[in-house]
Amino acid sequence: MNPPLGYRRETPGAHPPYDRPSYTSTHKRAPRHAPVRLEHTLSEITGPRFAHETLAPGDDDMTHFNGGEAMGERIIVTGRVLDEDGRTIPNTMIEIWQANAAGRYAHVEDRHEAPLDPHFAGVGRVITDQRGAYRFMTVKPGAYPWRNHHNAWRPNHIHFSLFGPSFATRLITQMYFPGDPLLPLDPIYNSVPDRSARERLIATFDIEVTIPEYALGYRFDFVLRGRDSTPTLS
Amino acid sequence: MSPLQTPSQTVGPFFKPALIRSGDESLVTPKSRGERIAIEGRVLDGDAAGVSDAMIELWQANADGRYDHPDDSQEKLLDLDFHGFGRAATDERGRFSFCTIKPGAAPGAGIALQAPHINVSIFARGLLKRLTTRIYFPDEPLNATDAVLNSVAPERRSTLVARIEKPAVLRFDIVLQGENETVFFDV
Repeated sequence: MNPPLGYRRETPGAHPPYDRPSYTSTHKRAPRHAPVRLEHTLSEITGPRFAHETLAPGDDDMTHFNGGEAMGERIIVTGRVLDEDGRTIPNTMIEIWQANAAGRYAHVEDRHEAPLDPHFAGVGRVITDQRGAYRFMTVKPGAYPWRNHHNAWRPNHIHFSLFGPSFATRLITQMYFPGDPLLPLDPIYNSVPDRSARERLIATFDIEVTIPEYALGYRFDFVLRGRDSTPTLS
Repeated sequence: MSPLQTPSQTVGPFFKPALIRSGDESLVTPKSRGERIAIEGRVLDGDAAGVSDAMIELWQANADGRYDHPDDSQEKLLDLDFHGFGRAATDERGRFSFCTIKPGAAPGAGIALQAPHINVSIFARGLLKRLTTRIYFPDEPLNATDAVLNSVAPERRSTLVARIEKPAVLRFDIVLQGENETVFFDV
């Protein structure tokens, strides 16, 4: 049996450090010891898989909930999940969550004084198709204050959770919107050291993705780690 | 040009409605093979305070040491009632718990077996990217030769080994920072 290939490591500069002084919540949560490098084994090159049965009808349409239609600017978000070699990743689950159009999460801990929307849960789930593509509809999330520092506001963003093919490829991230004036001020967005890497978190407006008379459209691709070129230990 | 990695961002404090489903903290069905265990613990910050908004994920091999994944081509039985993935959020005191089975030993480097272990991901507000660690089992002879355990400074190794709290209940605390900080891995 040929030893299976491991996965490439984090690209330097492409991911935030744990310790980020301008993001207050890191102060007591960032480990002080450097992580111990672990050579990839079967434990890291395997990972959970999720079938289409885990989806419920409407999981790809966040604009309708509880018998009514969400307030806000309807948007389509679509794109592909790829690896670093440009290979598409089919049948991989993407979990989605976000604030409503007023900048409020349907979450008991969110006390921002903006209205809740009874017809917006802010939760979605999709699985990529055979070409690695995904698509869902939602409303554009509002910005909201978050008390990290004086007058701190999070830019408009959507949260995403992806698994990819292995334990090593797991990724949770946030997608931002082009032209948002809050981006230069946001410690979380700016925690990514490399500027071009940060900018990969900004979706692209695409008139071709819109539905005329109905919804605007954005493109956003996810790129997960690719296979290493040398066999892993196994 | 090859596509470039999408950066990680924090899971933030508001993930529970989207990511946490009741039942995901149990990896077993009544038909799963193997020795049933509970794993209980707390996630603690640098002040030893419980982290109330963390998410823990487990990924593990079945009772025979086989992962339910196409890249595991070992000639061991798959278990149709055990897939090896679990997920739980911490509560207001930082506590979490899982029901699972003790995994069998899976291969590591060369012909050597790794000691039985569970792979762990930790996400939370304040963690800009995931932390990963491993849960090892006490009184496990293979621990002495496990390449990953042996790559860790001896005085910190005990942070990776669960304690027996009572029969079939293992305790594994995750200390993010400070004294007895858990060993985390660069995967």
